[in-house]
Amino acid sequence: MSSAPVTDETHGLVDHLFRRKAGEMVAALTRLFGPERIELAEEVVQEAMVSALGSWPFHGIPENPGGWLLAVAKNRALDRLRRESAFRRKVPLLDRGEREVPAAALFEWEPRDDQLRMMFICCHPEIPTESRVALTLRAVGGFSVEEIARALLARAEAVAQRIVRAKRTIRERKLPLEMPATRALLDERLDSVLEVLYLMFNEGYTAGGGDDLVREEVCLEAIRLGELLASSPATRRRRVHALLALLLLQSSRFRARRNEDGRMLVLSEQDRGRWDRERIARGFHHFEESIGGRELSRFHVEAAIAAVHAGAESFERTDWRRVIELYDELLAIRPSPIAALNRSVAVAKLEGAKAGLDALESVANDPRLRDYALLPALQGDYWLELGDRPRAAAAFERALTMPMSSPEKDFLREKLERLRRERRDE
Amino acid sequence: MAKFMLILRDSGDFDPGIGAEEIQKIIARYQKWRAGLEAKGKVADGQKLSDGEGRIVRRDGRSLAVSDGPFAESKEVVGGYFTLLAADYDEAVELSKDCPHLDFGSIEIRKIDELGSGD
Repeated sequence: MSSAPVTDETHGLVDHLFRRKAGEMVAALTRLFGPERIELAEEVVQEAMVSALGSWPFHGIPENPGGWLLAVAKNRALDRLRRESAFRRKVPLLDRGEREVPAAALFEWEPRDDQLRMMFICCHPEIPTESRVALTLRAVGGFSVEEIARALLARAEAVAQRIVRAKRTIRERKLPLEMPATRALLDERLDSVLEVLYLMFNEGYTAGGGDDLVREEVCLEAIRLGELLASSPATRRRRVHALLALLLLQSSRFRARRNEDGRMLVLSEQDRGRWDRERIARGFHHFEESIGGRELSRFHVEAAIAAVHAGAESFERTDWRRVIELYDELLAIRPSPIAALNRSVAVAKLEGAKAGLDALESVANDPRLRDYALLPALQGDYWLELGDRPRAAAAFERALTMPMSSPEKDFLREKLERLRRERRDE
Repeated sequence: MAKFMLILRDSGDFDPGIGAEEIQKIIARYQKWRAGLEAKGKVADGQKLSDGEGRIVRRDGRSLAVSDGPFAESKEVVGGYFTLLAADYDEAVELSKDCPHLDFGSIEIRKIDELGSGD
């Protein structure tokens, strides 16, 4: 997200205006009509945008595009509710005595607060975990089901299903659209929101092919929502800054992570000149904001690791000792086989490939890594460095049986071919 | 320089679940096309016709026949029009070639007769 509006690309429309407005409008309408009508809010917002598609190409873009969209969405919503209440009058049993929605003075504009409340309901702990990211992207971010599916490498029907389930939960459990009243409760719920943003970012960021453009947009949406939290007095916490720092620092490498053939490049292979300096600067800013309190979240530690890498002149000159310390801290806060895997890279750099292999011992048989190609790929690299070609080849062969994108597969296959050739030549 | 009317037809059935971003991109393409014409001093105006409902009136002997249309009857209906300035049909075609509407339907180009121009 850039702070200055960019208009030259879209000729009169700020980048992502429709998405942004969709999120804002769904949030505002949901506040007005109640969370049980989130579906209505979503539908009338969609209708308003489709009607802009019908008319703007001919009439040109109105002076206040957001106001135009909102007016149409509002009118559609009121039409529907009027029909609804007329229907209820005919069938008194259905009239649950809900008050008429006053048509005037409905839309005092506080998009930030609306969006915050919306985020909190979308990330509510009662909503099924796998639905939260999808619902947040849809309702707060204005992403289409199709785009979410492309970014999360899921089928569109599956994504739609997750969103339906989430909305059903909101309706059935009568989840309120309000910020938690006490600080303790807010903190607890905030953790759930942060977790969703972390997941959202990772889903967009993690290797695995798909549509890179929309994946980056999902990452930037996680950052935008993190900035929303960091800028609001109610949710401004040190761990929010820490998460934001982590996301910004990670995202600075987005464009450097792939070569022309589409293969993912690991840290050691990336051209650091292609890292996004502006995002790194913003990342460091939030990292500084995150320090000083008593709390040390996993986001703090992960941001610190990302900061070591972002600050290193080159892969070789990375402060590996510091990276190992930080991974130890991270593993103490939250044991994870993937963190252990990454730690082994630092260990191998500092103490050699044998130490790297030993560091992998503890997770080598972890069932959670059973299909994780990076584990045998790393083991192969370590064996290769130790000069044990048969073992390296066996490890690469094992990696090739695991799921991985096709450019990655090609890369590994090439590596294996080279190994075999070298062995024949000996 | 004469005035031409671009009559835009399309099938009218687009995906109602189309995403916000995609909508914006399509609108931006039309806007870019119009801006290009404007920059050349070629653009006049555009109007959109309402979707979904219309009437066709015919005299049937001595009585009027009014029917709903044209939506039920034809595959492509007029969705709107643009008018632009061009020297002749060749130039009008040239200016329409990169109109984004061609991705969604067809464009009929007709020169508008000025009263008394005699051609």
